[in-house]
Formats: sequence, C-alpha cells, structure tokens
Amino acid sequence: MFLKKQNIMTEKRQQILVFFIFATAVLMVPLFLKGSYLLNVLVFVGINTMLAVALNLLLGYAGQISLGHAAFFGIGAYISGIITTRFPIDPFLIIILAAFCAGVLAFVIGFPILKLKGHYLAMATLGFGVILYIIFNETVDFTGGPSGLSSIPSLHIGSLVFDNDWNNYYLVWVFTLAVMLLSINLFQSRIGRALRAIHDSEVAARVMGVNARVLKVQIFTVSAVISAVAGSLYAHIMTFIAPASFGFNFSVELLTMVVIGGLGSIYGSFLGAAILTMLPEFLRVFQDFDIIVYGLMLMLITMFMPGGLVGGMQKMAEITVAKIRKMKGKNAQA
Amino acid sequence: MLKIKNINTYYGQAQALKNVSMHLTEGEIVTLIGANGAGKTTLLNSLSGVVPPRSGQIFFNDVTINNLAAHQIVRMGISQVPEGRQVFKPISVEDNLELGAYLHHKMLGGSDEVKKNKEMVYDLFPILKERRKQFAGTLSGGEQQMLAIGRAFMAKPKLMLLDEPSMGLAPMITQEIFRVIENLSKRKKTTILLVEQNARAALKMANRGYVLDNGHMILEGTAAELLDNKEVQRAYLGKDKKEIWER
Repeated sequence: MFLKKQNIMTEKRQQILVFFIFATAVLMVPLFLKGSYLLNVLVFVGINTMLAVALNLLLGYAGQISLGHAAFFGIGAYISGIITTRFPIDPFLIIILAAFCAGVLAFVIGFPILKLKGHYLAMATLGFGVILYIIFNETVDFTGGPSGLSSIPSLHIGSLVFDNDWNNYYLVWVFTLAVMLLSINLFQSRIGRALRAIHDSEVAARVMGVNARVLKVQIFTVSAVISAVAGSLYAHIMTFIAPASFGFNFSVELLTMVVIGGLGSIYGSFLGAAILTMLPEFLRVFQDFDIIVYGLMLMLITMFMPGGLVGGMQKMAEITVAKIRKMKGKNAQA
Repeated sequence: MLKIKNINTYYGQAQALKNVSMHLTEGEIVTLIGANGAGKTTLLNSLSGVVPPRSGQIFFNDVTINNLAAHQIVRMGISQVPEGRQVFKPISVEDNLELGAYLHHKMLGGSDEVKKNKEMVYDLFPILKERRKQFAGTLSGGEQQMLAIGRAFMAKPKLMLLDEPSMGLAPMITQEIFRVIENLSKRKKTTILLVEQNARAALKMANRGYVLDNGHMILEGTAAELLDNKEVQRAYLGKDKKEIWER
C-alpha cells in the first residue's frame, strides 16, 4: 500500500517536473534569439502547437477525427478581426466572445455530427470546414473576401503593446503552455480515462456508464474553443487575415502535426507543430524541390514511426537501454 | 427485481427479439441459453440500453427502464460484462477498473469507496493486482475476462449481466471464472444473469434458466428441470457428451 502511494506520487511528480523543465526552456529561448527571424517563426510554432493540442484532445484522446478544425481557427480570427477593426473595445474581451461563439457553434453542430463514425465523420467535418471557408470568402462586406481583412489592432495590456516578436512570443506561449498543462492533466483524470475508453470501444464505454454522446460533444467544444483562441491571437499578431489561412489545406496540416507527433501525446503535438512549421523555412535551400523533401520526410516518419515521433523515440530509447544492459551483462561475465 | 414484459427489439428492419418476457428475483443466478443468433446478446443489450427495445416494458425494482440511456441504466445498478470482454486495450489494468467506477466518483464523492472496491476486485483476482500497471491488451484471454468482470463489479451493481464469459477460454480458466461468478452471487449478494454457450456448466451453477430460440423464449424452468428436459438435452447439452473437466 505504501509502495503504491509512492509510485503514484512519483509519477505525478515526474510529469510536473517534465512540464516545468519544458516550460522553463520555452520561456528562456527568446533570451538567446533576440532580434532573430527564428523568434518570429517560433511565435507561429506556439500558435500551431495550441491548435495541434486542441485537435489531439479530439483525435488522440477521444478518437474522433475532424477535418474542419481550421474553420474554428478562422472563426476566432474573424470575430476578433471584424469587431476590433470596427469598434474600440478591449480586444481581450473579444477573444472571450470569439471563444464563446466557437464553443456554442461546436456544441450545436456536435450533436448531429458526432453521431457519425469513421469516414462519415471525416466527411461531415470536412463539409463544415468547406462551408465556413466559403462564408469567409463570400461575405466581402464583413471579412473583406479573398483580399482579406487588414489593419487589425495589436493586443495591449495597459501601455504594453504586443507588436513585436519578443512580446508576441510570450503572449502566445503563456496561452499555449496553459493549454498544454490542462491537457496533460486531463489525460490522467477520470474524464481523460473515459475519453480514452470511448476511443477504444464506444459500446464498452457506454456500459461502464460513460455518456459517450455528450462527452464527445463536450470535448469537441473544448477543442473548438481552444482553436478559436488561437485564431484570435493569430489575427492580432498578424494584423492581417485572409481566408486562405483557414481552408481545407490547413485542416490537413493540423492533422499531420498531430499524427507525426504521436496521437495522444501532448509533447508530440508540440514536436509535430514545430517540425511542420519550421521545416518549410529550412527547406528553402532546396528551392523548388523542397516539397519533395518535405513529402519524403513525412512518408519516412509515418512508415518507420507508426506511433509518431514521441512513440518512435520512446521505442528507440527502450532498445538502447536494453542494449546497454546486455553489454554490461556480457562485460560482467567476461 | 427485474421484469421484462413482451419486448420486441429490432436491428433496422430485422426483428431479433419477439415478445420476450422473463423475470429475475433478488439473489438468483439465472442463465439464458440458446444457439448462435437466437438473440441472447440482443436481450442483454436491450436490458443495458445499448440496443433499446422498440416496444414492451422493462422494470427494475418497479422502475421503468426501457426508455433510459445506457449510462442511466448503469446508474440504476445494472452492469454488463460485454461479449468478447471488450476491455480497453491501450489502457492500464488499474485504469480499466477505475473506468468501471466512472459513475461512482461523482455520486459518492469519495474515492475511498472506489479504492475499497478496487481492493475487493484484487482480492477476487490476485493476478490483476500483479499486472495493474500493464496495458489490458497485453493480458491473456482469461485475465482479460477477469478484468472485464472486475471492471463491471467496480460499479457496485445490484444486477450483473454476463455475456459468454467462457468464450474462447481454456476449460481450466472457465472453471475458475465460474467459481468467481458463484462467489459474487453468494458473498456479494449480486443477482446474475448469465448468457452461456456452455449450457451444462451454466445450468449446473444457476437456479433457473431460460431457453431462447430464434428470438422467441421457448422454455423456462429451474436449472434441474432444464437439465432433465429431453429437448434441452438433445439441442443444447449434447446428450451423454460431458467435457472432461465436468466429470
């Protein structure tokens, strides 16, 4: 009994320690990158991490696919963009409003959509994404249509204006780290277990007393709310948004981030987001061939690391540890 | 305790249960036997709300439950051990058990109760305690069945629905599982509805039995009556063919 308690303690402590180290590292990075272009890229790594974690809650935890998550990202961006360019209201209040709207929408469409499974769910969410993309494109009076919405004001707290990479980096990563911490905690909680149960077998989860229908809608809503917040931040940081950023391609890119990083792994989502955001920057040297290298890398990762990068690295670590043990054993014999 | 009155259950257009009625009194072990496709699993799924009946009534302690959702029925005190075990494979043994108590966290507000239940399950199946950190998918078939029963027990059910707990298991393991089921009934005062292919073993343990054929309830009686019934012997017991471990 005593031993068991200790185990649980250390497991939790370990998790907190890992997160603490990660968070410290993330918050230290700008000190080494002042004025660098890379810092600007890392701001978007932050936003994409938030989106990937949001999608991972749905896909990796509850096992429900969404091919329309860019739409929720877009809703956040456009609600923030449209309102703050027209009315002098504190943009932070609008972020809350945008999150609320996305949440209500997700909740309402979630009930009919999440009844579907597998390919049908993919199709339905895809359709939702396409519809919203068309709305962003066609309601020119509000969204500016294909030419976009410009001069969105930057966020500010008092006299602190978030208009440079340094400030934006901290703005985004405070949100992202909070989302990551909540998601990590959720995994081991009672609700997290129920979500994983739904992932594995919905019928079995239901006979355990899990209200699968409602729980799926709830996690869908949470996921949409996080995505919308990421969208609002994106709009204020870019100060310009256009529908092209919120289309089907971006939904698929988010999905790729989650899968490459590892389903159900929050740090995996960070890795996936970091790689897919930064890779195009580094592949510029290949000029026109960058897309081939990019595709090849994704192929290799999915072929040789079916558990995603985090799963693959864990496996490699286990194999190395086993090898070292073996070698030690041999030495001892000799 | 449980009364089923004339229920009809359909899968789309196909009718799987036709005017089925049965009852259970508290503390009984009742077994439901029948050939493949007779509707045994459908009957359990109708009870647990997974496939609700289209007409007819089900009363549990005089409360109508045929229009409740699956999770509400669990809350009433009916837990199902689904066919083919259905343990959550990528989740640890311990977390599987915690999932069984999903509703109890909220209701009792105390994790003490859950902890006590968990110890009780580990008492029943010591092997699960040894493997509590392992993924359920890495357990053997017998261990998974034990886990599935333990998981259902975590909800502190008044009535437990067991769907073919012997499926795909070695005779030795089957015997052990049956012992535990008897134990649950005697010591923990759990009423049990047992669906089994292994009709002889099930009838030996049960107080009463029902025979389901092609969606109709064709026979009912005490276990001894059914064991003596010529028709049952011919169709379900394979007359004079005892399995080795039953002698």
